[in-house]
Amino acid sequence: MDASLFLNAIAAGILLGGFYAAVALGLSIVFGQLDIVNIAHPAFIVAGSYLVFALNGGFGLDPVIAGILLMPIFFAVGVFVYRVYYAAFERTGRESLAGLAFFFGLMFVIEVLFIIFYGVDYRLVEADYIGKQIEIGLVGIPWRMLVPFCAALVMTGAIYLFMSRTFLGRAILAVSQDRLALQLMGADPVKIKQIAFGIGIATAALAGALLIMIGPVEPTIGRLYIGRIFAIIVLGGMGSIPGTLVAALIIGLSESIVTTYIGPSWAPTVAFGFLLITLAVRPQGLFGRL
Amino acid sequence: MRFFKQLVLAIAALAVVVAYSPQVSAQSGKPIKIGFSMALTGVLGAGGKSALIAMEIWRDDVNKKGGLLGRPVELVYYDDATTPAKVPAIYTKLLNVDKVDLVVSSYGTDVIAPAMPIVMRSGKVFLGLFGLDVNHKFKYDRYFQIMPAGPNPAQDWSRGFFDIAKEKGLKSVAIAGADAEFAQNAVKGARANAKQDGLNIVYDKSFPPSTADFTPILRAIQATNPDIIYFGSYPANSVGIVKAANELGLKAKLVGGGMVGLQFAAIMKNLGPGLNNLVNYDFWVPAKTLKFPGIEEFLKKYQAAAAGKGVDLLGHYLPPWAYAYMQVLGQSVEATKSLDDKKLAEYIHKTTFNTVVGPVKFGKNGEWATSRALMIQFRGIKANNLDQFKMEGTRVVLKPDTVKSGDIMFPYKK
Amino acid sequence: MKISGFWIGIVLVLAAGFVLAGVADNQFLFFAGYVVLQGLIMAVAWNVLGGFTGYVNFGSAGFFAIGAYTAIALHQFAELPLLVLIVIAGIVCGLIGLGTGYLTLRLRGVYFAIATLAMAIVFESLITNWDYVGGSAGAYVITPAEVPFFDSFIEMMFILMLVLSLICVAVSRYLSMSRMGRGLASIRDDETAAECMGVPTLRLKLISTTVMGVMMGVAGAPFPFFVTYINPLSAFDLLIAVNAIAMPMIGGTAVWFGPVIGALLLGTIQQIVTVTISSELNILIVGVVLIGFVALAPRGIVGLFQDFARKRRGGGK
Repeated sequence: MDASLFLNAIAAGILLGGFYAAVALGLSIVFGQLDIVNIAHPAFIVAGSYLVFALNGGFGLDPVIAGILLMPIFFAVGVFVYRVYYAAFERTGRESLAGLAFFFGLMFVIEVLFIIFYGVDYRLVEADYIGKQIEIGLVGIPWRMLVPFCAALVMTGAIYLFMSRTFLGRAILAVSQDRLALQLMGADPVKIKQIAFGIGIATAALAGALLIMIGPVEPTIGRLYIGRIFAIIVLGGMGSIPGTLVAALIIGLSESIVTTYIGPSWAPTVAFGFLLITLAVRPQGLFGRL
Repeated sequence: MRFFKQLVLAIAALAVVVAYSPQVSAQSGKPIKIGFSMALTGVLGAGGKSALIAMEIWRDDVNKKGGLLGRPVELVYYDDATTPAKVPAIYTKLLNVDKVDLVVSSYGTDVIAPAMPIVMRSGKVFLGLFGLDVNHKFKYDRYFQIMPAGPNPAQDWSRGFFDIAKEKGLKSVAIAGADAEFAQNAVKGARANAKQDGLNIVYDKSFPPSTADFTPILRAIQATNPDIIYFGSYPANSVGIVKAANELGLKAKLVGGGMVGLQFAAIMKNLGPGLNNLVNYDFWVPAKTLKFPGIEEFLKKYQAAAAGKGVDLLGHYLPPWAYAYMQVLGQSVEATKSLDDKKLAEYIHKTTFNTVVGPVKFGKNGEWATSRALMIQFRGIKANNLDQFKMEGTRVVLKPDTVKSGDIMFPYKK
Repeated sequence: MKISGFWIGIVLVLAAGFVLAGVADNQFLFFAGYVVLQGLIMAVAWNVLGGFTGYVNFGSAGFFAIGAYTAIALHQFAELPLLVLIVIAGIVCGLIGLGTGYLTLRLRGVYFAIATLAMAIVFESLITNWDYVGGSAGAYVITPAEVPFFDSFIEMMFILMLVLSLICVAVSRYLSMSRMGRGLASIRDDETAAECMGVPTLRLKLISTTVMGVMMGVAGAPFPFFVTYINPLSAFDLLIAVNAIAMPMIGGTAVWFGPVIGALLLGTIQQIVTVTISSELNILIVGVVLIGFVALAPRGIVGLFQDFARKRRGGGK
C-alpha cells in the first residue's frame, strides 16, 4: 500500500506540475522576456475558461479543441493590449510602476466583465473522458489530469521550438537581451515584442481550457494562481521555457508530496517557501542568467 | 490616443452620474423599510444574488396583499461583496442615515458577524441567513437564525450523518475539511460527533480552499482504510472531490457529510452519476415529507425570475430560507401590529411560524430549537439532466427520522 | 514658514476630527471615515518604499494582516489596552519589514515585488494553521459598548485612526524632505549611480522597509476591533494590497502628499459607491479609474496640478 501511495503521489504531482506549466508559460514569456509584469495574466486565463465553457456548452466542442481555436483570437487581443501598453507606458519609459497598476486595473475590469455577463456561479465543462482513469500497475492516472498534462507539454514544446529555431523566436529572445543590436539588424523591437506578448496571451486560452477541465471556474479564481505563477517563473529563471516547465514540475511534485505525507494545508507554504529560499540563495533561478 | 482619452473620460463621467442618481421609489404611502447588506459579489455572490431574488419575491407577495400594517414594504440593501470590512459601515448607514425600520442579515457567517455589534447597540431584532453559530460569543437575545442546524449548530449539523454510521455499526472515520470558516466549524462538529460515538479517527487534516487536484488527498485518505469519510468543503472543492473519488474508485462505506455545492443546480447537473450513493447534508429537497404549503408556488416564481441571471436555476438550497426569514419577520410584525423590537423579539421567541420551509421554532440562542439539517442520498442520477432533480427520489431524505423519505443504499462502494 | 504651515495643518485636521466627533450624530461617517483612514495609512506606508525608492511591495496585505493578528494573539493572551497592541504590532511588523529587507533587497525590482507576494502567502498559510488565533475558522473580538471620553466605540476608533494617520503622514513627510529623502530618490532614479556616489543604499532601503512595516502593522492592529470578526481571508484580502498601490498611483508617488490625496479620493469614492450603486460596478470603477489615471496622468493628481500650474505661469512647456 505504501509504495502505491508514494508512486501515486509522484504521478499526481507530475500531472499537476504539467498543468501549472501551461498556466505559467505565457507569463514566463511576457514577464521573463519582455519585462512586462502582466499581473492580469490569470484573468486572461479565466477569460479563456469562460469562452471555452461557452463553446463547450453551446456547440459541444471538446475543451482542448475549443482552447486551441481561441488561441488566434487571444493572440490578437494580446497584440492590442501590448499596443495600448506601449503607447501609454513603454514609449514614455515609465513602464515598471505605472504598467503594474495598469495591469492591476485590467485584471479587475476583466473579472467584472465576466461577473456581469456570466454571474458569479461556478462553471464546468463536459467531455467524454472526464471522470475516467487509466491504471498502470499501481498507479492510476485520471484523464482529467492527463489531458491537460499532455496539452501543456505539447504547447511548451512547440513554444520552445519556436523560440529556439525560428528567426522570430530568436528575435524575441534577443529583444530581452540587447534591444539596440536587434535594431541594428533591421528588426523593429516593438513589432517583435507585440508578437511575443500576443503569444503569451494566446497560451492563456489553452491554459483556461485546461483550468476549467480540472475543476469548476468562477470569475475571480485567477487570483489564486497569481502567487503560484510568479513562484514558478522565478524558480525557473525568468523566461527560460525549459526552466518554467521544470519549476512547475517541482512545485507540483512538492505540493503533492506534502499533501500526501504532511498535510494538504501546508502545500502552498512549501511552494512559496521554495520561492523565498530561491530568491535569497539563487535569485537567478534554476535555469537563470543574471 | 485622443479617442482613448475621451473614452476613459466618458466612462468616468458615466460612473459619477450613476453613482449619484438617487434611487427612485414608486411606492405610495410611507413604506416600511427593511435594510440589509447582501453578498452580491465576491465568494458568496452567487448565493447572495439568489437570496435577493427570493427576498424580492417575498416583498412583491406582501405588497400584493396590501403590505405590512397597511404600509408597503421596501427593501434597502447594499452589496457587501462578501467582504467583512464593508459590513459595519453598511449597517451604520442603514440604521443612522436610511433609518430603516427593520434589519435582516447578509448571507454567511463572515458577513453576519461584523454586523452584530452594531445591530446589538441599536437593540434591533436581527434575522440571520445561514450564519453558523454566530451568536455563541455575542449572546444577543434578539438574534434569530433561519438555517435549521439546531441549538448546537456545529455539531447538530453532522449528527444525522453519524447516526447513520452508528446504525450501520461503522468503526473508523477520516475527516478532511477546507481551511476556511464554515468548513472548519463543520469539521469541528464532525470531530466532536465522532469522539462522542467512540469512533476511531484515522485521518484528520485540512486542505487549502484553492486545492486544484484532490487525487493525492483522497489517496492518502484511502491508505488509512476508513469506513466513513467526512468532508467539509466549498463548492469548487466538492466538485474536485467527487470527480477524483469516482476516478480512483474511492472505497468506503459512508462518504459525504458537509460538502457545500452539491446542492447547486449547475454542479449537480455536471457531476451527474458521479453523485450516486453519496450522503450529504441539505436543507430542502423535493420529497413528500417536505411539501410545505407555499413552497412549490415559491419555487415556480423563483425559477421564472432566476432564468438568465447567472444564479442557481433550481433554487432549492438557499432561496426558500431567504424567503422564510422574511416570512418570520413579516408574520411577527403582523401579529404584534408593531415595529417595536422588544415586542417582536418576545413574539419570535415564543411562536412557531408556518413558512415555506415548514414550521420554524427558535430556541434560546436564536438557532432552531431542534435541528432539521437533512442528510440526503443521491440515487439513480443520470448524466446531464437538470430536470431529474425536480423529481422526488433522486435525493432521498435519510435523516432526521421525522421527515425521512427512504432507506439508505449501503455501502457507498464495496 | 513651510514647516509651521504643515504643523498648523496637522493641528487643524486633528481639531476638526475632535469637533466632528463632538457634534456629528451620524455614526456612519465614523465607520466610513475609519476605512478611508486605514487605506490612507496603508497608502502612505506603501509609498515610503514604493514611491520613494521604486521598490514595489505586493505583499502589503501580509503586513496588514500580521498587524491585525499580532493584536488578536495579544488580546487572547491578556486583554491589553488597544494602544499597547498597536505599538507591539508596529514593532513586530517593523522587524518583519527589516527581515524581508535583509532577505530580499539585494534583489532588484521585480524580484523584490515577487518576494513580498510570496511572503504574504506564506504568512497566510501560517496564520491559517495557527489555532490560537482562530485559525481558518476566524476569531471574534467583543468590543466594549461604552468607552471613556467618547460617545461611542467607533468614535474613539476614528479619532485613534486619525491620530495614527497624521503621525504616519508626518513621518513620511520627514523622510521625503530630509537628506534621507534625497538619498531615497537617488535610489529610485538610478540605484547603481547612487551607490557609486556613496549613497548608503542598502541602509536607506532597510530603513524604508522597516518604516513601511511599522506603519502597515499599525494600520492593521485596530482592524479586528473594527470588524469584531476576523479570518485569514478578510485580513489578507487582495483588495487591501491593491488599494495600497492604487491610492499612491492615483495621487502621485513622488511626493509625500500624493498618497494622501489618492487615498482620500479613492477611499471616499469607494465608500460612496458601496452605498449607492450596489453591484459589480464598484470594482469596475476602481479598475477603470486606475487604468485611466496611470495611462493619462502618469504622475497622479499631484502631477496634473503641477502641469496645470506650470501652464498658468505661462511656461507653456
